[in-house]
Amino acid sequence: MALRGMRDRVISPMRVLSIGIILSMVLVVVVLTSLSMGPAKVSMGTILGWCAGTRSVDQTTSMILMKIRLPRILLAALVGFTLSLGGVVFQALLRNPLAEPFILGISSGAAIGAIAGILVGLGFTMGVPLLAFISALATILLVMGISSRHGGLESSTLLLTGVIVNAFFTAIIMFFIATVSDSRLHSMLFWLYGDLSQSKYIQLSICLPLVLIVSGIIYLFSRHLNLLVGGDEAALQMGVEVEIVKWVSFIGISLITGVVVSFSGIIGFVGLIVPHLMRMIFGPDHRLLIPASALGGAIFLVAADTVARTIISPSELPVGVITAFLGAPFFIYLLRKRGSQWTQG
Amino acid sequence: MDAGLILKAISFSYGNHWGLDEISFRLKRGELMGMIGPNGSGKSTLLRIMDGLIRMDKGEVLLLNRPISSCRRHEVARLIAMVPQETTFRFAFSVLDVVLMGRFAHMGLFPFEGKEDLEIARESMRLTGTLDLERRSIHELSGGEKQRVLIARALTQKAQFILLDEPTSQLDIRHKVEIFELISSLTRTQGLGVMVVSHDISLAAQYCHRMLLLNEGRIYRIGSPDEVVTTDTISEVYHCPVLVDKNPLTQTPRVTVLSKGAGAGIS
Repeated sequence: MALRGMRDRVISPMRVLSIGIILSMVLVVVVLTSLSMGPAKVSMGTILGWCAGTRSVDQTTSMILMKIRLPRILLAALVGFTLSLGGVVFQALLRNPLAEPFILGISSGAAIGAIAGILVGLGFTMGVPLLAFISALATILLVMGISSRHGGLESSTLLLTGVIVNAFFTAIIMFFIATVSDSRLHSMLFWLYGDLSQSKYIQLSICLPLVLIVSGIIYLFSRHLNLLVGGDEAALQMGVEVEIVKWVSFIGISLITGVVVSFSGIIGFVGLIVPHLMRMIFGPDHRLLIPASALGGAIFLVAADTVARTIISPSELPVGVITAFLGAPFFIYLLRKRGSQWTQG
Repeated sequence: MDAGLILKAISFSYGNHWGLDEISFRLKRGELMGMIGPNGSGKSTLLRIMDGLIRMDKGEVLLLNRPISSCRRHEVARLIAMVPQETTFRFAFSVLDVVLMGRFAHMGLFPFEGKEDLEIARESMRLTGTLDLERRSIHELSGGEKQRVLIARALTQKAQFILLDEPTSQLDIRHKVEIFELISSLTRTQGLGVMVVSHDISLAAQYCHRMLLLNEGRIYRIGSPDEVVTTDTISEVYHCPVLVDKNPLTQTPRVTVLSKGAGAGIS
């Protein structure tokens, strides 16, 4: 009997799998709901019938669903997935509750490239994202290069370097914004607050394989992350190759964050609050926390983007406005109720 | 023939400061060795070098005849477990979660513990008397309970050597004795080689087979408690007048710290 009790407490593959399936089902429901919403109303019944192949829709509706809504919803899910995954991993590696995937400068790095792209008039499908990705990657390599000593990455040095580089690039971004006054200013601001309106399937097909590969590798490190939360040296003592885990995780997460940010712009808050929420609900074990956060991020961002594109229809808000506007009060409520689940010292 | 954990002429320095100088000794299996010495004499540094956590400038640590610097971390962790001086858990892991972390080095890529891992963890918890705590959060424990959980985690590593850095420093006398009883029985029953850093010289002398007195990064003396713990050695190294006599019950050296007045009265 005692053994049974213990098994309930220990994270088992079955527990992770069942929670993963439940969250995936929630995601499917949110995606279908989101598909039905927008300026052209399509009923839930029609959507379900259309998905099951039992009901046909007219060509315009099919066009709206397939070409406009679906790619955007799927990209939102993938971006939310990636940013939350990045947040949970960075919070563990940097042992800092304020950590999120942008904290090391990926966001402002990508923004410099994107703004340069917008300034010279590149397209939003590939041109701007490509520049954004290159500058995001250059930035993260710069930050890691500055902070590494004798091949080691020390958390607080890394954090401080990231914050300083962020500040420096933000100054450059503000300089550009101040000097531009035409319609490009609007594009820049939308990009800076996150914009999924330019989603295309081609972008998905670039992001998806990368995100899947990196998440798989990160998941194999989930137990390593549990130990790393207790400090580098404690992890070393128990057999973790700390530097390998750190380098692979930082580079992997930066890579996929850089890719999705290049397409979506800077969608704040997802990578910060979703991991905290999931930790409050599912506990600190990364074997469960990683999949729960990634799926939770996907659910959250699809929902937020649905609000962003429908609330002032036919106009749109940048999705970053919604994530913060809805996320912040909800998060504060939970923080008051449950505590942060972090102890310092 | 069991080679143990051998340190050969270890030297190490932090920048320009002195660190450790020409340290050589061997920790055998089944042996309980106590390390004593003043603050800053290099005890923790030496312990970390023994676990291969820092690279020394000169010398070599041999773990079962193999240089520790050529071992991968999980190989070291299967042979040496460490109970650090301070462990902070940022998150409220359960006691069982914490103890199971000790299985890390024995697991493959699949990130979930199996039945055998659970049994080993339970056995370690039984040995350390922490079985009742398994569902508690590590944050709710008292200092003594947490220390025993950390020793349980070290046992779960199934290592041949355990290094403990001041495991009794925050404990009351009853819990201090319990910890020493525990590690002493582990050396006897499990054949572990144990190195324990302690500021409780008399208590360490009661339990340890051998003691090592460290002073300013050098071995001042190493040997049986009787050889190492004497009025002269302790007074000189700690710069503090003491009287060492025999504990009437155990016949082991007993240290009494002398106040200025009492010291004058004795001589």
